[in-house]
Amino acid sequence: MPDISVLKAAFSAEIAESTFRDNRRIDVPSAVVFDVLSSLKNDHGFNTLIDLTAVDWLEYEGAVDRFSVIYLLLNMDSGERLIVRTPVNLPNPQLQSVYALWRGADWMEREVFDMFGIVFNGHPDLRRILMPEEFDAFPLRKDYPLKGRGERHNFPVITRSGS
Amino acid sequence: MPLTPVDTTPTESPDREYVWTLNFGPQHPATHTTLRLVLTLDGEKVLNAVPYIGYLHSGFEKLGEHLDFNQYVTIVDRMNYLSPLANEIAWHHAVEKLLGIELTPRCRYLRTILAELMRMHDHLLNLGTTALDLGGFTAFLYFFQQREHIYDIVELASGQRFHTSYTRVGGVLFDVNMDWIHRVRKFVREFPKVYHEVDRLLTKNRIFVDRTRGIGYLSREDAINFSAAGPVARASGIERDLRRDEPYLAYADLDFDVVCSRGGDCYARYLVRMQELLESLKIIEQAVENIPGGSVNIGVESDMVLPAKPAVYRSIEGLIQHFEVIMPNRGYTVPREQVYAATESPNGELGFYIVGNAETRAYRARTRPPSFIHFSMFPHLIRNHQLSDVVAVLGSINIIAAELDR
Repeated sequence: MPDISVLKAAFSAEIAESTFRDNRRIDVPSAVVFDVLSSLKNDHGFNTLIDLTAVDWLEYEGAVDRFSVIYLLLNMDSGERLIVRTPVNLPNPQLQSVYALWRGADWMEREVFDMFGIVFNGHPDLRRILMPEEFDAFPLRKDYPLKGRGERHNFPVITRSGS
Repeated sequence: MPLTPVDTTPTESPDREYVWTLNFGPQHPATHTTLRLVLTLDGEKVLNAVPYIGYLHSGFEKLGEHLDFNQYVTIVDRMNYLSPLANEIAWHHAVEKLLGIELTPRCRYLRTILAELMRMHDHLLNLGTTALDLGGFTAFLYFFQQREHIYDIVELASGQRFHTSYTRVGGVLFDVNMDWIHRVRKFVREFPKVYHEVDRLLTKNRIFVDRTRGIGYLSREDAINFSAAGPVARASGIERDLRRDEPYLAYADLDFDVVCSRGGDCYARYLVRMQELLESLKIIEQAVENIPGGSVNIGVESDMVLPAKPAVYRSIEGLIQHFEVIMPNRGYTVPREQVYAATESPNGELGFYIVGNAETRAYRARTRPPSFIHFSMFPHLIRNHQLSDVVAVLGSINIIAAELDR
């Protein structure tokens, strides 16, 4: 069980802890998130990055920040889980890449970049992964419509009478 | 004149003219799905592999933000289409954790049986096609015949063979009857015979062992570093199985072993999957003999579960309840919270990170796709192997492009 006060003392930042069902979460400011993750990995045994994802809070009532980047950690030896959340904001959404800590973060960060446009500094190969290279929007942002924007305008509309 | 030995080791000269590039996919029979690899080859030795994915990207996670908790099962079905019900169970496991629903004992057992049948379904196809790609056609046919029996069982329960859309919030679409129980018992009785036939065909087969042993080695440290889970991680010596370590459904009541291997190569992954077939069979046998009676859905007073169809058609209360759940402007209260819940899917840890926003649909429905995470280590696994080993490694990590790209 990682002691939150140890982390607080080490980083002297506003680290908040919360629990929902069996999920334990800590909220960390984006400036120190790499150091916190590095400390969790090296000193507290959270050796596995289960997943890395993001949430766009644009349409969420009462949200303060635009994005959250979420790291799901696992201590492979004790089976303990921890969720680390950090806020990221426009106009320049960026974070330090955790590729140096976990090589598994490679594609996960590329997907978050592809879908949300969050840039991970220090990532060795930050390209789009699911969308084509020439795509110029970020589809999982809430201001991107479900039906797309301009991708289908070249297709002819076939009506029943004209077919 | 004395012969001088020629140095055949590749030199790292800047031009490297001997290196050539091979485009493997996106449509190639041995990839089984739509994915593309650009291989850099020195003769037949793979120096590097660069995967290009996204050919099947269809915005599942975006759709998850626009469909309600019950509608989205039709989409998660199509992620790992070798084991559709396992995805549905994982999705509703996460939704029920968000909503705080405690399932009925019968539903927990029923879902356990179905999840294990899906594990066998997935492993049978994976093992069969791995053998097929390496030249063993017979094992593939033997295993596909068994998959047909699982299709029949699933069809009897849900009415659909493939994309079943069977689970619902708080339960399943229909309860199963005794005929179904007998069908599962028959399958449990007859499967070991075919299993042992295939075991004799492949496990000590000289060609199969030569093609898989020592190929695509993944050490325990690398498996942890690359976030591997499921059979791939267990074949590298990681003793972790969510069924045992974080028991959900009825797994806490059932007796089974976690299969591990220290090999770390394609052969170890084959052995782990083969043994897991027998463990799954053991779980199914125990669950089907001990399946409790009673209702399969939670009570309608919870306001979250769809009422039974006869109640909808024959009583005003049932119809009102149905409308309350279905209509977009009615619904039930969903906590404004975030939750991550995972199940041990056939391919590894399949988790969903759901953000609730007081609506009956997710604000964000993130999937943790095991195929995506396993495929990212493919260049690491294939480096310095032969071109013909590409299919062996691809088969052993079980890449499903629909889940890879979502």
